[in-house]
Amino acid sequence: MSEHRDVWVFSENYDLMLELLTAGNPLAADRSSKLVAVLIGSEIEEKAHELLKYGADKVLVADYPKLKDFQIEKYLGILTSLTKKNKPEILLIGSTKNGKELASRLATRLETGCTPDCSTITIDERGQLLTKRIVYSGNAVVTATYLKKPQIATIPHRAFEKLEPREREGEITKVEVTVEEPQVELVGTNRMEVANVRIEDARIVVCGGRGIEKKEDFKPLQELAQLLGGQTSNTRPLAEDRKWFTGWVGLSGKKIKPTVYIGCGISGMIQHIAGMRDSQVVVAVNKDPEAAIFEVADYIIVGNLYEIVPAIVEALKKALKN
Amino acid sequence: MPRIIVCLKQAIDVSQLKADPATGKLIMTSVPQKISDFDKNALEEAVRLKEKFGGEILTVTVSVEDAKTSVREALAMGADRGYLITDKALEFSDTLATSIVLAEAVKKVGQCDLILCGEASIDGFSAQVGPRMAELLNIPVITYARKITLENNTVIAERVLEDRYETVKTKTPAIITVTKEINEPRIPSLMSIMKASKKEIIYWTLEDLDIPVNKVGELGSGIKIIDILAPKTERKKIVIEGESPVEVAEKLVKALIQEGVVGR
Ligand SMILES: Cc1cc2nc3c(=O)[nH]c(=O)nc-3n(C[C@H](O)[C@H](O)[C@H](O)COP(=O)(O)OP(=O)(O)OC[C@H]3O[C@@H](n4cnc5c(N)ncnc54)[C@H](O)[C@@H]3O)c2cc1C
Ligand SMILES: Nc1ncnc2c1ncn2[C@@H]1O[C@H](COP(=O)(O)O)[C@@H](O)[C@H]1O
Repeated sequence: MSEHRDVWVFSENYDLMLELLTAGNPLAADRSSKLVAVLIGSEIEEKAHELLKYGADKVLVADYPKLKDFQIEKYLGILTSLTKKNKPEILLIGSTKNGKELASRLATRLETGCTPDCSTITIDERGQLLTKRIVYSGNAVVTATYLKKPQIATIPHRAFEKLEPREREGEITKVEVTVEEPQVELVGTNRMEVANVRIEDARIVVCGGRGIEKKEDFKPLQELAQLLGGQTSNTRPLAEDRKWFTGWVGLSGKKIKPTVYIGCGISGMIQHIAGMRDSQVVVAVNKDPEAAIFEVADYIIVGNLYEIVPAIVEALKKALKN
Repeated sequence: MPRIIVCLKQAIDVSQLKADPATGKLIMTSVPQKISDFDKNALEEAVRLKEKFGGEILTVTVSVEDAKTSVREALAMGADRGYLITDKALEFSDTLATSIVLAEAVKKVGQCDLILCGEASIDGFSAQVGPRMAELLNIPVITYARKITLENNTVIAERVLEDRYETVKTKTPAIITVTKEINEPRIPSLMSIMKASKKEIIYWTLEDLDIPVNKVGELGSGIKIIDILAPKTERKKIVIEGESPVEVAEKLVKALIQEGVVGR
């Protein structure tokens, strides 16, 4: 018998931590073990109680003023000593960029494996964690399991939805920590353009590509998004080459799964598809009948976006009035 | 003058992948290989630093099969020497095992100021090897850098995070993983390709690095791959046609309302 037990979750992003509890819940049930949340920060007592309501059986709290802001080495040091001492069997970490760095470094200290960005996690018949994730720029789904413990996986935002909170019994334990000295010093922070920040949360996303010639021509897309109560985004070249925007949807950008995705003037290169594949309904407008995006679309419109998009706006206005 | 090591992975060219239509399994034999995209950005950044400060650029590549062509390409882009660690025992290595080999190779290459990696490799896309090496070598790491400034023993970098940019600072030697937007990698001229053929590639095995075989391959790894399948997408693929854009648009809106995804 392995001495490793329990399913642990951690994210420096509190909302993501709530989603990790949903992800960890069936795993803990399957292993007949506890679901443990690690909460690090300052003045976080209230949140500790809230984590119980969202499904944690136990919360380990490191609550110190010097832990107020996320700093990777400080948090990493705490997670290292806690996991070395308590030996969780499974450890789920939120797939933010900082979370992924943290998970990689923790996995190295614990001499174990880490699967990044898992969209599905289950327990196999031998009781091992089984993960699925997209690799090869979206060309493949790889299923993997573990050879060492703890089994570490990172989980992206929105892969799981947080549970409805309800009153539950649970245990809150304060932990004593020694805090490591940071190796990297933060000099300054710059916020990005707000519009592209929470594209993951948009219910409807109207996405533009290189078929749009000028930045002004993005207007009809914005109008369409607004009418639908959604947001706009774009392919990578519009951000990187043309510098119109800061973020993009795709393998190296944001992964979205809105109810409706409307792609306009987008060819559908695999790297872009990797970011929108999980959308519920996909509409694609492209003047090229052979465009690859049509292979992953529910509604295909072959035509000029300069004519089609304004027409959709008008048709919608009419339909929404009735 | 800085001595920079670039970790250069030879990855499969993902755009050339095909799946077996019957089983959905990807056909992995004879897929062409190339330098992993972001590693070219890492190398380009090293070349630019060398153009500014002088110094030396060394590449390190760990691979099961021979990766000479990728290393030659790196030498043509401006690296001074390439180190290639190939060993059959490396098959089935995950990032845990690969990082150990890379870290040992970096130690043997000797003192350096910066180690540059890609933010992630184009095939595995795990974004783990840079941070893992930092732990093994016990030096600082800065991930997701889109700008690097080197001043004596200090490196300042701008990180791209989800909703913000961070300017951070640390002491060298340090590991930095770079994003694609940091630069546009050069395409080597015929001249530099010819010159590169005279540059040295050094071949090492696990034995040369004193790495026991149980540290690599399946024995040394934490992750075991079970299968790799083409993703399934079941889409309706309904073509909406009409006499005019107006007619097409109205049909679409009607369909979306019927699906219940638009409107009330
Ligand atoms: C390592 C790597 C990572 C990458 N990551 C991403 C990523 O995360 N996200 C991403 O988006 N890309 C990414 N890319 C880039 C990607 O490969 C493609 O280059 C990009 O997605 C193409 O953008 P596009 O569809 O806007 O442009 P194009 O491929 O140029 O397509 C434009 C399309 O518009 C159509 N069109 C033109 N005019 C009109 C018109 N008037 N009406 C209707 N249709 C019209 C054309 O038929 C064409 O299909 C990555 C690339 C690499 C190498
Ligand atoms: N086998 C390898 N040889 C050399 N460098 C590697 C290797 N694997 C990963 N790297 C480096 O680590 C980065 C991140 O890789 P990964 O963790 O696989 O996403 C790559 O961009 C390379 O710089």
